[in-house]
Amino acid sequence: MNKLFILIIIVALGSMLYPLVSSFDGNSELSSLAQFYAQPDNISKVNSPNLVTAIVVTYRGLDTMGEVTILFLTAAIIAFFLKKGGTTRTLRLNSEIFKTSAKLLVPIIVMLGVYIFINGHLSPGGGFQGGAVIASAVILMLLASPNTKLKHNFFEALESTSGLVFVGLAALGALLGLGYLDNAILPLGEFGKLFSAGAIPVIYSFVGLKVGAELSNILNKFQSVQSDK
Amino acid sequence: MSFLIITVLLGAVMLAMAFIAIYHKKLIVAVIATGALGLFASILYLLLAAPDVAMTEAAIGSGLTTIIFFYVLNRIRTDAKEEENEA
Repeated sequence: MNKLFILIIIVALGSMLYPLVSSFDGNSELSSLAQFYAQPDNISKVNSPNLVTAIVVTYRGLDTMGEVTILFLTAAIIAFFLKKGGTTRTLRLNSEIFKTSAKLLVPIIVMLGVYIFINGHLSPGGGFQGGAVIASAVILMLLASPNTKLKHNFFEALESTSGLVFVGLAALGALLGLGYLDNAILPLGEFGKLFSAGAIPVIYSFVGLKVGAELSNILNKFQSVQSDK
Repeated sequence: MSFLIITVLLGAVMLAMAFIAIYHKKLIVAVIATGALGLFASILYLLLAAPDVAMTEAAIGSGLTTIIFFYVLNRIRTDAKEEENEA
């Protein structure tokens, strides 16, 4: 009976979704929304070679702000609920190769993360990706030497400051009469140069710092509640 | 044509990884299969001209989530053992 019910639901869902599949014949041109964003007028307005970043930070900047808020909430809830258990923890010694290579790689990975978010408006990538790369460097460090104590307060201060600067920059656009999250509050500069596209690299740098600090904090929290008991 | 073959192959590997993740008895293997699924997904995104998404997927999907899964797994396992001992 139960299985019959599941089968009926599957068949119903399939028959509902089948028209979508059968009528799909690929796109020969951009959809109307994408066409609106990709018109040459808008490209010259934001002055950023990576149009995806321009859309994510300026036109859809509110979405990015929402994502950052969700991440902040997640970090806060994880910090709230994870209680430190027993303190006894027997750790296997890491191999010398792993420890040495981690020492060698961590600074390089952090640098790659910073590169990704500073060049977010020129090449693929951006604040979120750069922050995630930085967090992966932090987790490599934590795995290589589990007894490292991260400076909890420093990460939290960095995160809060970056968030405030992001919101402040966004509000500055509205105060100057350009519009909330407009990137033209700073000079647009020369197309394709590092200091161009207005506020996009600045906003993305702060988003990158915020995401990196938040993810590192989450991972550090998970790491610190590990115990044998 | 070769693009299509690679795409379909990647999709098939992703499906296989997903099935391993669901049906494998050892949880560690399942978690690693999830990470591999993310990695193949990021390659697919790259081929489909979405490098921004590919970067996120590679860093978050196959990197950080795998580690978090392992941390949680370690934590849950010790708790389960304790309950067995007490019972």
